Amino acid sequence: MASVPASATAAQYEFRTILRHRWPLRAMHWINLLCMIALVGSGLRIFNAHPALYWGEVSHFDSPLFATQAMPGKDGELRGVTRIGALDVDTTGVLGASRTQSDGAMTRLGFPAWAIIPSPGMGGLAVGRRWHLFFAWAWVINGACFLIWSLASRHLARDLAMQRRDWREIPKSILDHLRFRHPTGDDAARYNPLQKLAYLSVIFVLPPLIVITGLSMSPQMASVLGWWMDFVGGRQSARTLHFVAMALFVLFAVVHVAMVFYAGPINEMRSMITGRFRVKYPKAQIAPMPAAEPLPDAAKQEISS
Amino acid sequence: MNDETGLSRRRLLRGVVAGAGVGLISGCDALSQRKGFIDVLSTAEPMNRSVQRFLTGNRLAREFPESMISPVFKPNGSINPKTPEYLALKADNFASYRLHIRGLVRKPLEFSIDALRALPSRTQITRHDCVEGWSVIGKWTGVPLSRLLDAAGVKPGARYVVFHCYDDLTGDGSRYYESVDLNDAYHPQTIAAYDMNGSPVPVSNGAPLRMRIERKLGYKQPKYVHTIEVVDSYATLFGGKGGFWEDDGYDWYGGI
Repeated sequence: MASVPASATAAQYEFRTILRHRWPLRAMHWINLLCMIALVGSGLRIFNAHPALYWGEVSHFDSPLFATQAMPGKDGELRGVTRIGALDVDTTGVLGASRTQSDGAMTRLGFPAWAIIPSPGMGGLAVGRRWHLFFAWAWVINGACFLIWSLASRHLARDLAMQRRDWREIPKSILDHLRFRHPTGDDAARYNPLQKLAYLSVIFVLPPLIVITGLSMSPQMASVLGWWMDFVGGRQSARTLHFVAMALFVLFAVVHVAMVFYAGPINEMRSMITGRFRVKYPKAQIAPMPAAEPLPDAAKQEISS
Repeated sequence: MNDETGLSRRRLLRGVVAGAGVGLISGCDALSQRKGFIDVLSTAEPMNRSVQRFLTGNRLAREFPESMISPVFKPNGSINPKTPEYLALKADNFASYRLHIRGLVRKPLEFSIDALRALPSRTQITRHDCVEGWSVIGKWTGVPLSRLLDAAGVKPGARYVVFHCYDDLTGDGSRYYESVDLNDAYHPQTIAAYDMNGSPVPVSNGAPLRMRIERKLGYKQPKYVHTIEVVDSYATLFGGKGGFWEDDGYDWYGGI
């Protein structure tokens, strides 16, 4: 169980390689990503079949909350107009109307060709629904496996659960993020409180919301979801919330990837592919540390050289 | 790191991201064109059907108060059929219309709209969910399908009920059709509806008779129905997938 000292760039630091993510977690992470790509792309294809969102039980066609529309412009070519509440924004080329890859013509399209599965001309709504309803199952099953594994392996309790110390350190963590200050040593080997909160919300808040709002759109399932339909205000509200939850997942993914680049893309990617993660230790911190307990949890399983 | 390597690195990164994106899109599109892959995706359909059936049993779809009826019941698909047999019926205001019940039944039957109106009816205010994503609420009055099937006497071996329609949605001489199994056919809210919002069903919404199968999406609730056929299999009908949209790749379950 010896750590692997690597050549340190500065004399006062030493690097250790730890096993950050075990193989089931790494596998489930990438399966999750594949499912998410398929679900978002096919979901946007389904959205494009009627690119408007409403609040309530039914569609009030004249007053959508959000809509991507196409209307002829002055030059006769289509313009994309995105309506958010009472606000109209010209989004030509991205939302409402955009050029397809095949013939390059400006086409009435809610979300553009590059964002949807399948692309225009490659199978329509029917194929989008096939993708969506298949990968919904795959994603839910993968998520259930993650939950069971995380409970059984204590990943949840040790790495993800907010400890008393985490709550206390939230202000410090916010400051560290604002100052772009990298943690080192033990702190780099564990998740910081903001990171934990972000992970916990994409594990325990968004998935139940997106699953139940998805099922709420099913006329068959709606026959047993009466209490819930009352709570969210109806089928079209559920459809809108399903879309919002998707957008929050995408926002999480964007921040998540940005943080990977910020924290060191090679090291972070390696930790999710081979599991190995290099941690920079100030030498001063290493010296007094008892060898038996150098790091919390994941780091405890150090890779022997 | 000097500026030049920073720039080229950024360019490389952008190239990698763009390349991965294009690869991903064309990969997904290539998969969408492969029948074998679509078959794999389609394994979700029986899962949805059996799980949702298990969870919902014979529960009724939500019924709403009159105050929630939508001002316009948005018509979709065929809204003004032009087939000769339909135009002839429309010309005499559907007086010569007959609903036929045939197939695996002991006694084939036919009904005029007046004869249907004389039978016990059910009225329900329900939400209509289109596969495209929108919803409207309407009030429907009609004869429960179970009553018609019982009157005709369903023979053993019957498994599905097929609805044959007057409209030719694609304009290629074909006719719209749909099918459900006996489970949905006998659901209490499955009615052959002749009234919408208190008046005869308008042409755009399926005059003179359309199906309401309330726990299904709109495409499973055919309009302009002239024949209800009881069968043991729909594999030999039209494209063999059990419905107009199913023959085009849509799922037969149609409950989500």
